Amino acid sequence: MSTSVALNGKGMLRGLNLRQRTILLISLMSLLLMTVLASSLYIDSSSLSTNFDSRNLAPSLEHPFGTDWMGRDMFARTLTGLGLSIMVGAFASAISTFVSVVLGLLSSMGRAADSFVSWLVDLFLSIPHLLLIILISIGLGGGATGVIIGVGLTHWTSLTRVVRAEIKQINTQDYIHISRNFGKSNWWIARKHILPHLVPQFLLGMILVFPHAILHEASVTFLGFGLSPHEPAIGIILSESMRYLAAGYWWLAFFPGMSLLIVVLAVDVIGENLGKIMDPRKAHE
Amino acid sequence: MYLKGENISFGYRKDDLILNNVDISLGSGEVLGLVGDSGSGKSTLCKILAGYEKNYQGSVSIDGKKIPSNTYNPVQLIFQHPEKAVNPRWKIKDILNEGHVVSQDVLNSFGIKKSWLDRWPNELSGGELQRFALARALSPETKFLIADEITTMVDAITQVQIWESILDIAERLNIGILVVSHEKNLLKKVCHEVVYLSRINNAGLYNELAFRDMQNASLSGMVPE
Amino acid sequence: MSVEMAMNNDDREGSEALLKVKDLSLSFFQYTSGLRQTELKIISNMSLEAYSGEVLAVVGSSGSGKSLLAHAILGILPSNSRLSGSMEYKGQSLTPEKKEELRGKEIALIPQSTTYLDPLMKVSEQVMGSSEKKDKEVMRKRQTEIFQRYNLKAAVGRMLPHELSGGMARRVLVSTALMSSAKLIIADEPTPGLDERSLDETLKYFKDMAKKGCAVILITHDIEAALKISDRIAIFYAGTILEEARIEDFRNDGEDLRHPYTRALWNALPQNRFQAIKGHQPMQDELNGGCVYFERCSIRTEHCSKDIPQLKRISGGLVRCNNVS
Repeated sequence: MSTSVALNGKGMLRGLNLRQRTILLISLMSLLLMTVLASSLYIDSSSLSTNFDSRNLAPSLEHPFGTDWMGRDMFARTLTGLGLSIMVGAFASAISTFVSVVLGLLSSMGRAADSFVSWLVDLFLSIPHLLLIILISIGLGGGATGVIIGVGLTHWTSLTRVVRAEIKQINTQDYIHISRNFGKSNWWIARKHILPHLVPQFLLGMILVFPHAILHEASVTFLGFGLSPHEPAIGIILSESMRYLAAGYWWLAFFPGMSLLIVVLAVDVIGENLGKIMDPRKAHE
Repeated sequence: MYLKGENISFGYRKDDLILNNVDISLGSGEVLGLVGDSGSGKSTLCKILAGYEKNYQGSVSIDGKKIPSNTYNPVQLIFQHPEKAVNPRWKIKDILNEGHVVSQDVLNSFGIKKSWLDRWPNELSGGELQRFALARALSPETKFLIADEITTMVDAITQVQIWESILDIAERLNIGILVVSHEKNLLKKVCHEVVYLSRINNAGLYNELAFRDMQNASLSGMVPE
Repeated sequence: MSVEMAMNNDDREGSEALLKVKDLSLSFFQYTSGLRQTELKIISNMSLEAYSGEVLAVVGSSGSGKSLLAHAILGILPSNSRLSGSMEYKGQSLTPEKKEELRGKEIALIPQSTTYLDPLMKVSEQVMGSSEKKDKEVMRKRQTEIFQRYNLKAAVGRMLPHELSGGMARRVLVSTALMSSAKLIIADEPTPGLDERSLDETLKYFKDMAKKGCAVILITHDIEAALKISDRIAIFYAGTILEEARIEDFRNDGEDLRHPYTRALWNALPQNRFQAIKGHQPMQDELNGGCVYFERCSIRTEHCSKDIPQLKRISGGLVRCNNVS
């Protein structure tokens, strides 16, 4: 009986249903990110080395993003920087999500635990984000570890709030009461009834924190509190280029900045489309 | 064995009570009907008896002993909307066996087909889901069943099927049942006795459960028309 | 009583139905596993006619998709649905544009619950609907009148939907339909959870509307409620209508009823025999092309499993069965 059908197909994607199109979009964006990550790992280190013969060259076929004041290829540097950013972002959002899972489930354990979690969320929200990242990063001795942990430990608040609200809503459901009446423990209910409902939230939350993490990493590094200057991070590239902008070397800031934006948008597109698939009200369109 | 609610009062605010000094008693093997106007607090009373609502005054006991929490509750409550009583992310067979492993005997009695067990809740109708909700609550440990408008949303034929199964199992297991319904004709058919819960009027007068022997009398005689 | 009914029926022979639904089928597209979409049939080959001055009840078990009939007539189905068959209103074809034009004006829905109301809009504003500015005063006067008639205090008009009690909400929803001066009123499961007094009151509103010349379609699972006020009852089973009977056919042991399912339903009522037949209503994927009632039927023949019987007219009613005449 099952017939594959197409609805409202438009343009080049005609013949695919909405879910197929969404998945296609997600795959394309993921592919883009994977390519950036992979090429940053396998990039030829010689192209990152200084070459004073070709200093401050404008974008050309040989150097698509131009070169800097030490003759380094900006395309290679940008790619490496983006790779680093994606890794930092992934680690940081994984840490954030983990913290929200733990705190979210903790909040369902009882009234005292719930108050504690809300208090913790409020506490973290009352300190300016960037300041906290810088403090943690410096406290941990800076570098990649400092930034990852700094960003990770500051981005769990909003997701924890979402998770906590979701758990509160699930806890009022009849089937939870029934489960209690069957003598099931809070921990059993949290694991079997509540957790399955939260998996999509976690997945989505992790992806949506990702762009934040990347941007914060870049800003902290830009301000000089993040990754060390010899690492080709986007933040470093941007802050260095500041000094040369007045001299008319616009490509030093433009291309790395643009690439960062594209990566962030790509992650955002993935998150939004995943959200569409997981939203039960839109699930069957 | 008797399930007793004594001097039960309940209200979200002190000056606005929903229940005031209600007494109710349900014996093993007894099928007791409960009628009342909309807003008279029938559902609240059910929740209190089954331990869902804990902020009330008065006492609920089985043979004088308090009902322990954190373990299987011998008083099980069934709701009007079975679709809310099941986790939408669980398969039917997991839902069915959450409290205890439901015996083949009970499954047969409810006419539950094997092919339904592998489905998701949203693939079944309300009538079918209600059978699962009942089967999972009728474990050997269940002593009392509170049925709050459980067949209000199903068609007449399914209603008969469900009640035939419940009454059959309850008799075998000697379970006492409190049947809440606004349908007098149904209560007449399934209950030994019916009590009436009046609404607390605005003047704040007492309400009480009027116990009448309904054995063969008609219900219309006791419910104010 | 029966004379009056007969006259009603005679009247009808001459007059045209306000709403004619013919061979309506409705299906949904759903994702099954991964990326495959399948078509799930909810309503198949459903036909009915609603006449001015009459209450037509569509009775079927809850969750069987009968509410979607209302949504189909009003044109408010979700985008992943497919509708076929024809609908006519006052002899004119009901196109999606036409539906939108008539919705809330000539055709009104009384929904199941207040969740259909705008939660942030005062009740009186919602009841009045989106009327032109110059009509505002007239509308406000009518709204006050209707509220008085239904025993709703003026203060109720200033409330928000969530502040209404169940009974009040029901009356507000009914007033909304009255305000619209609609000719066709579709009430979707208006009765569950009402005690007897509120139930009778609600049903009386519908009867009143019919008396004033509206055509009322009452969609419900509660056959007893339907019996109280309807002129005709259509029995909805597994996505189609098995029988359309006159109200006076429901009496004694149901010997005047045409379809074995209707008879079984009648005999299952607690005030009648409280007797059940075996089996359950088939799910859509359990149907195999024959009569939808085949599995449970007491008068089936081999022929019945082959194809779906046609709807035919027998003694003033309609029935979808091969073996009655």
